[in-house]
Amino acid sequence: MPKAGSGLSLDGDRIPMWLVLELTYRCPLHCAWCNNPLDFDNYRNELSTEEWKRVLREARAMGSLQLGFSGGEPLLREDLEELVGEADRLGFYTNLITSGIGLSRERLQAMKAAGLKQIQLSLQSSDRAITDSLVGAKAFDAKLAAAREIKSHGFPMVLNVPICRQNIEQTEDILKLAEEIGVDYLEFANIQYYNWALLNRSEFLPTRDQIAMAEAAVARARERLGKRMTIYFVIPDYFDERPKACMNGWGAIHLTIAPDGSALPCQEARVIPGLEFPSVRDAPLAWIWHESPVFNEFRGDAWMKEPCRSCPEKEQDFGGCRCQAYLLTGNAANTDPVCAKSPEHHLVVDAVAEAAVPGRRRRPIVMRRRDSVNTMFMGCGG
Amino acid sequence: MTENNTVAAGDVPQLSPLYLLRWEEPQQAHVMLYPEGVVKLNETAAAILLLCDGQRTAAEIIADLNSRYTSADVSAGVYRFLETSHAKGWIRIKS
Ligand SMILES: C[S@@+](CC[C@H](N)C(=O)[O-])C[C@H]1O[C@@H](n2cnc3c(N)ncnc32)[C@H](O)[C@@H]1O
Ligand code: SF4
Ligand code: SF4
Repeated sequence: MPKAGSGLSLDGDRIPMWLVLELTYRCPLHCAWCNNPLDFDNYRNELSTEEWKRVLREARAMGSLQLGFSGGEPLLREDLEELVGEADRLGFYTNLITSGIGLSRERLQAMKAAGLKQIQLSLQSSDRAITDSLVGAKAFDAKLAAAREIKSHGFPMVLNVPICRQNIEQTEDILKLAEEIGVDYLEFANIQYYNWALLNRSEFLPTRDQIAMAEAAVARARERLGKRMTIYFVIPDYFDERPKACMNGWGAIHLTIAPDGSALPCQEARVIPGLEFPSVRDAPLAWIWHESPVFNEFRGDAWMKEPCRSCPEKEQDFGGCRCQAYLLTGNAANTDPVCAKSPEHHLVVDAVAEAAVPGRRRRPIVMRRRDSVNTMFMGCGG
Repeated sequence: MTENNTVAAGDVPQLSPLYLLRWEEPQQAHVMLYPEGVVKLNETAAAILLLCDGQRTAAEIIADLNSRYTSADVSAGVYRFLETSHAKGWIRIKS
């Protein structure tokens, strides 16, 4: 996933540089912050191998370079190796984004042979019991074995740790574990509150003190490790005064294709009602990217309202995240309420304050499962 | 960064194995691809990095470039660029 300041210095001639293929929403785990849609089970009509290959060809012809195979769990697709091979032949820099469940030595070898360039593995804690309870399955040992196997095959490796109140105090131990495994990039990915994560927000938001401690641990590790391991630690946007430059702007460099072929300017975009996401089954990708109404909806800055419209910072953050603006303020064209200039900034401040009240009533965590939520009430989370 | 990134004449720079350097037709430029991003290189930067093959010393890289770009001695600029590349982790130094 593109990071702010991670060297995306391509003068975007509006090329979908970053392509993410969500091959399937099926997954053996049940992470309660999962950013897959709440109705993930309604996406069984996955694209076929041939359809995915056509997407790869069309995207590459438009200049796409970085490719992430994600999901759900992409390893559940038996044609993964074949798709990696096709992508490599076309000239993509191929990334596998995986929970590690099902990553056998045989499959690693096959993907290495097919030209896979790097692997991003998610790990939730340095502690077995905490990991297993956070993902709702016995997964820690398998993830650790996968991590070692990935390194022994010589892949550059990103370790992605979604950060929440339950694991943030293990930052020090996670750093040590990552160092011991030989991780190249360690990413403390502060949970972003959409879909399942938004349902469970009050239980996951860390406190300011926790964040400060984690930042200090990261600073010490950077000092010690120098260039051996690159550590990303982005403070959760709820604790910031300015929003993230979400996706580098809508329809600027990022394109996600969902399992059923829907093309999305960002993987969360379906939470915004009233937008129609064309499918690669029905239209050429170039038309979808350049011409379709949805990719132009929030492109550039003509759609902006105040305070963004006249703000000198609009070139830097593009007004923040459209999905967050919708989910929290009810209007996707509003300023992302993470911004201190937003008239609705208090929504974010209040959520942070409420989650930190000592002795507050705990809510049960809703795990990502097919029947966990009645999807008729989708979008009412919070 | 606490490490020393200076590059000396006898150092042998080599592209980091985490990076992939190649020509990209739609961009009409060389790009560096790595797990978390893409960097588009200008012509000079690409010319230097293409010579960071783990065989040539910095002095040999400069001699090679000087023989191609005759306008002025490139050494100061090349050292500066190699040091920046080293600091960014694009290249490693075998000495
Ligand atoms: C949705 S998962 C799909 C791939 C695979 N199942 C996995 O977990 O790695 C892609 C990445 O997003 C991260 N992730 C999931 N939900 C997130 C959220 N709400 N905020 C930030 N990162 C999240 C995961 O840790 C993982 O690295
Ligand atoms: S974040 Fe967890 S539940 Fe969601 S796709 Fe990845 S492993 Fe599965
Ligand atoms: S007002 Fe809008 S453009 Fe200005 S900093 Fe806030 S979100 Fe960014």
